[in-house]
Amino acid sequence: MNSETNTLPPRPKQSKTSLLKKYGLGLGFLALIIWSIMGTNEKVDWTRVFSMRTIENMDRVIPKLFQPTLDKLDRVLELMLETLLIAFTGSFMASILAIPLGFLTAKNMMGNSLAGRIANFICKLFLNAVRTFPEILLALIFVASIGPSPFAGVLAIAIGSTGMLGKLYGEVIETIDMQVVEAMEANGANKIQTLFYGIIPQILPDFLSYAIYRFEIDVRASTILGIIGAGGIGTLIVISQKNRNWDEVSLILIVIIISVTIIDLISAQIRKRLV
Amino acid sequence: MSQSHLSTQRTNLHKPEIKSVVSPKKKLRNILIVLIILSLYTFSSIQTSSFLTQFNAEFFQNVGRMIGKMWPPRIGFASAVWPKLAETIHMAVIGTTIACIFCLPLSVLAANNINQNKYLYSTTKFLLNVLRTIPELLLAVIFVSLVGIGVFPGILALTFFSLGILAKLLSETIESIDMSQVEAMRASGGNTIQVIRFAVLPQILPQFTSFSLYVFEINIRASVVLGFVGAGGIGLLLNQQIAFFNYKNAMALTLIIYVVVVSIDYISNKIREALL
Repeated sequence: MNSETNTLPPRPKQSKTSLLKKYGLGLGFLALIIWSIMGTNEKVDWTRVFSMRTIENMDRVIPKLFQPTLDKLDRVLELMLETLLIAFTGSFMASILAIPLGFLTAKNMMGNSLAGRIANFICKLFLNAVRTFPEILLALIFVASIGPSPFAGVLAIAIGSTGMLGKLYGEVIETIDMQVVEAMEANGANKIQTLFYGIIPQILPDFLSYAIYRFEIDVRASTILGIIGAGGIGTLIVISQKNRNWDEVSLILIVIIISVTIIDLISAQIRKRLV
Repeated sequence: MSQSHLSTQRTNLHKPEIKSVVSPKKKLRNILIVLIILSLYTFSSIQTSSFLTQFNAEFFQNVGRMIGKMWPPRIGFASAVWPKLAETIHMAVIGTTIACIFCLPLSVLAANNINQNKYLYSTTKFLLNVLRTIPELLLAVIFVSLVGIGVFPGILALTFFSLGILAKLLSETIESIDMSQVEAMRASGGNTIQVIRFAVLPQILPQFTSFSLYVFEINIRASVVLGFVGAGGIGLLLNQQIAFFNYKNAMALTLIIYVVVVSIDYISNKIREALL
């Protein structure tokens, strides 16, 4: 038998720099993980975590989590509705606010003039800054300034979503077919006409799809806004936890899971039909 | 006579009858949808007390006064923040690492091209979907009640939270891999473990790393919230400062969190670009 047929083909040689990069990255991650484990090890009192008390807690809490009480169903549903309304109002405001920002960040809409480029740059910077700001911090600032109310939650959701939607809108506008716009301009259409007949029909389905997708995210985000007093079902989560009403927590859990799932399904269906 | 006839013809030429591209039925439907959305918005904005009239002078005064209270942030407070900040990063790192380890078997089970057992597949998929809908805060509340206040419940909450996202993303990647390699491995007698190790894993490894980094970014943000319910991290400090009306300290904290989140996002984006 020919010995060559039995051996595997030689492995492709990797360049030294890429190997070095890979090992460097791996070692970096390993160092990060070890540093974290050591740091946490100091903080956690393992004897308390694995003690009789934990087992007692589990005995007390876990069975209750599987026996939801229906006593407060009205209140939970009411607050869940409020959560959905906060998310809807916030994402609606954001989807409107993001439209001018999207146009300002799109390179093909702003032209090559210096003013256009500066406006473009400033808007991009602003959107990036907003996008990375955690929503809960925004909500915290608004609760502190206008008092605990759903309005604070709406503002936090609206501003937080504007960052992401503005960026996505801008990307959509950058990918439109400019030939349509040019053809309309060549035929003597003015700016408003090009906008309504050349640009908007091209971007509308994507805009709507992104806005609905963001609403999906906002529903999840607004469930937790309540812990800092910005309205919604989060308020009840904290109250139930403080009162140790685990059967209530269980009910909240079930209501959240069901409503989020339903909204995800509906929005996925709508988006499938849009795009 | 003939001239006027000609001129009317010309105007007819210039103004052809405009037919709408959209059929009247569709137009009616679109208008109806817009009306429904607008009325829903009006209803919800009144219900959440955020109707447009809320943006009055008083509102801007309040926000302005708050900014006045928060600015300038007390930079000196930054030195007190570091231990809690490190704790937050530790929690996120460990939570992501554990989730990365456990998501591998789960995502194989939730991929219908590798897992041929229909019932096991749909059960795993269903459980993952349910897990993904639970907000991280609720997980933290439950774990705090189980194991007490501290870093440990936070890590557990982050682990479960990121497990759902990671397993979903990864199982979708596995479902889109090149199956010819898997079939070749099976044909030459590889068992399931070998198929996964040598045919599936090499194909998903770049995406796996990229998703892990992405989930790490999400975890850093999520771990800010966990402190509010006593699950460790920087949120606890922030909550305290606001409760004591130390708004200048709170602003400094917020800015520090922001800088950390942005720089971690930046680094992880750079690594992801280099990997893919």
